[in-house]
Amino acid sequence: MLAFEAEPGSAVGLSALDIVLWGVLPYVMVVVLVGGLLWRYKYDQFGWTTRSSQLYESRLLRIASPLFHFGLLAVIAGHFFGLVIPMGWTQAAGMSQEFYHFNALLVGGIAGVGTLGGILLLIYRRRTTGPVFMATTGNDKTMYVVLTAAIVFGLWTTLASVFEGEHGHNYRETVAPWFRSLFIFQPDIAAMAAAPFSFHLHTLVGMALFVIWPFTRLVHAFTAPFHYLFRPYIVYRSRDRETGGAGAKGTAGAAGARSSTAGARRGWSAVGTRDRDTRNR
Amino acid sequence: MRVMAQMGMVMNLDKCIGCHTCSVTCKQAWTNRAGTEYVWFNNVETRPGQGYPRRYEDQEKWHGGWALNKRGKLVLKAGGRVKKLFGIFASPVQPELKDYYEPWTYDYKTLVDAPLGDDFPVARPKSLITGEDTKITWSANWDDDLGGSAENGHLDPIVEKVRRESEDKIKFAYEQTFMFYLPRICEHCLNPSCMASCPSGAIYKRVEDGIVLVDQDKCRGWRQCVTGCPYKKIYFNHKTGKAEKCTFCYPRVEVGLPTVCSETCVGRLRYLGLFLYDADAVTAAAAVTDPRELYDAQMDVLLDPNDPAVQAEARAQGIPEDWIDAAGRSPVYALAKVYKVALPLHPEYRTMPMVWYVPPLSPVVDLLRDQGHDGEDTGNLFGAIDALRIPVEYLAELFTAGDADRVTAVLKKLAAMRSFMRGISLGNDPDDAIPEAVGMDSQSMYEMYRLMAIAKYEERYVIPKAHVEQAHDLEEMGCSLDFEGGPGMQDTAHFGEASGRPVPVAVETFNALRDRQTSGSAPGETTLRGRVNLLNWDGTGAPSGLFPEKALLPEKPPPEKPPPPKPAAPAESPPAGEQP
Repeated sequence: MLAFEAEPGSAVGLSALDIVLWGVLPYVMVVVLVGGLLWRYKYDQFGWTTRSSQLYESRLLRIASPLFHFGLLAVIAGHFFGLVIPMGWTQAAGMSQEFYHFNALLVGGIAGVGTLGGILLLIYRRRTTGPVFMATTGNDKTMYVVLTAAIVFGLWTTLASVFEGEHGHNYRETVAPWFRSLFIFQPDIAAMAAAPFSFHLHTLVGMALFVIWPFTRLVHAFTAPFHYLFRPYIVYRSRDRETGGAGAKGTAGAAGARSSTAGARRGWSAVGTRDRDTRNR
Repeated sequence: MRVMAQMGMVMNLDKCIGCHTCSVTCKQAWTNRAGTEYVWFNNVETRPGQGYPRRYEDQEKWHGGWALNKRGKLVLKAGGRVKKLFGIFASPVQPELKDYYEPWTYDYKTLVDAPLGDDFPVARPKSLITGEDTKITWSANWDDDLGGSAENGHLDPIVEKVRRESEDKIKFAYEQTFMFYLPRICEHCLNPSCMASCPSGAIYKRVEDGIVLVDQDKCRGWRQCVTGCPYKKIYFNHKTGKAEKCTFCYPRVEVGLPTVCSETCVGRLRYLGLFLYDADAVTAAAAVTDPRELYDAQMDVLLDPNDPAVQAEARAQGIPEDWIDAAGRSPVYALAKVYKVALPLHPEYRTMPMVWYVPPLSPVVDLLRDQGHDGEDTGNLFGAIDALRIPVEYLAELFTAGDADRVTAVLKKLAAMRSFMRGISLGNDPDDAIPEAVGMDSQSMYEMYRLMAIAKYEERYVIPKAHVEQAHDLEEMGCSLDFEGGPGMQDTAHFGEASGRPVPVAVETFNALRDRQTSGSAPGETTLRGRVNLLNWDGTGAPSGLFPEKALLPEKPPPEKPPPPKPAAPAESPPAGEQP
């Protein structure tokens, strides 16, 4: 947006900001995402968890969490459909532009509203249920802000096109080609730069989300347990094969033997730790 | 036939006095940590009673364990794999904290810090979950010794069932005749439904000794195992977001020591030893149609460790010779299969539990004595066992899926043993008719008496040591302090609560702990040896530890100035609210 103001009327010329945002940033994001995930997977298996708060509260969670998660799965499917599949293909398959848009708006709208409703309900629950709020870290709060922003701005792009109707922006001519071009390392920066501000904003916030992803509890999404469908029910493991991290086989031993000097180890801090019963004093 | 070894436990309920020492020592050893305040790997329940968590045996509500589907196939009661994955975003049936209890501490600090005033300061209960003032309404053993059973006694799922089946004949007057304690740990099942429920595959059974553990690195906190375990012996650590369970004190067992709960048991009622079993036969045994046949099926899975064919097969499977030998001397095998006095807890859950119970005879004896009979006369005892249908039916619901005859047979054996040994103690000739009446001979009855009544330490615990030929794999890797170790650091690494790498546990850890505990020096001296902390250096003199201690260099003349005071060890402020 700023770039356009700086160089008015330039549809072809690319500002430095455009290049940074749509030519450099995506790759930086991927490097941080992939590198961060690999690093954390290697280094922080113990912290790789959903950190479920169902033990504290389950009535709201039972509604909100599936609403959010299933909504999100639909949203992801929609992004795949909109960004990865070229417009030419759907047209070749006989799908008119109007039909595509109607579909995208209907399904995308429902999924988006469901996701947003889910996360708002989850945030409400997190804020109002005492124990759940106590268990919320600063990391979580940051993540919630970015995640909600991504959903809100995404929904905005979708809803905006409802009101704009025919005159709405066709992201399949701007954002989608740019997205695909990233994978062949020839980013079509001009296409993305031509997209309206709302799409820029959603994309940027989305990239921010992916950047912080490896460092938040969101990582649990990358270990979705599909292998459960294929593994045998009973798991045998030899004690001899437990190497390295396998020391983590139990919940730990020699509790707090060193705690006097080294601080508590992971999972071994004393009952009544600071974030629980002293924070409120 | 695939022979595998399994560590098992037998508890002789006749000896349990409900002192909770096992629970307390277990908690001190394993779950006195943030996030596990409500977790009791070992708990002792008064029966009749609701248990912990409340009414955990009501599988119509909790869907724990296995069930047979219409085609007679073994399926998880809570649903198959696909259903489980669809329910992963909010586990459909999971106990909440209110089904356990809200852990609390007391505001002890007020007792010391309160300003002088007219009123005595009081230590108010504070929730360990929210930190707020709390009202204590339940705990892990709230209905201990039938406390509140007039109000809550009917909530025991087994009382409910027995009453239903006997058409409401049972009034709760019967709590006056009968009460016993049921200590419970993880059953370390042969066919664990927690393991089958785990989407991540983080729960595993150790090939060597059958101990079921949760891989804390692999667990992702999907919490399906909590639903899956019918005994509700998997707990969710709400701070680390990982499932935790009884470890059978594997670091102790690996070095031949009994578990903490066994070692500290005042009544010496626990037995530890090996079973050899046929791993290939487990699934079929767990899938027999009639729940009352599950006990027999489970017995058939257990192999005779003194059978040369079994021993040969065990050797072929790589089970070490000393383990085969230990299996032959196993007290748990003797009680479960030779004497047949130990019964599995809730075989109808089809998990093939490996913690067994000798049902209590004592209420029967006590009742007879109170009624003025000779409580240890065979005839009286046998008659009383038959007449006391209610306790036997209750016990049968616990141990034999409702088969009262089986429980009666066990109680008769125990009664016969009492009468038989009383005769001997009174100087009479052994009455061979007594053992014969319960299908035993005098010799085996005497041996059973030795094992159950004399219960020597080395006969109660036959624990072969783990083979640590590959011990280097189990050594503690690296230095745990490299990354997180800053003094005063809570267990929060770069990614917030509970992130970072846990320190491996190994046999060596156990030995290291013992060394530390028995050595003369304070633990900190060894841990920080060779480290220099310039942040604590005030700029005067030499930083502590940068140069060798003067005392270690006696040749040099004594220093003119006294060395700077050693920086104070980073004082770890005791967690507020904890008892000083």
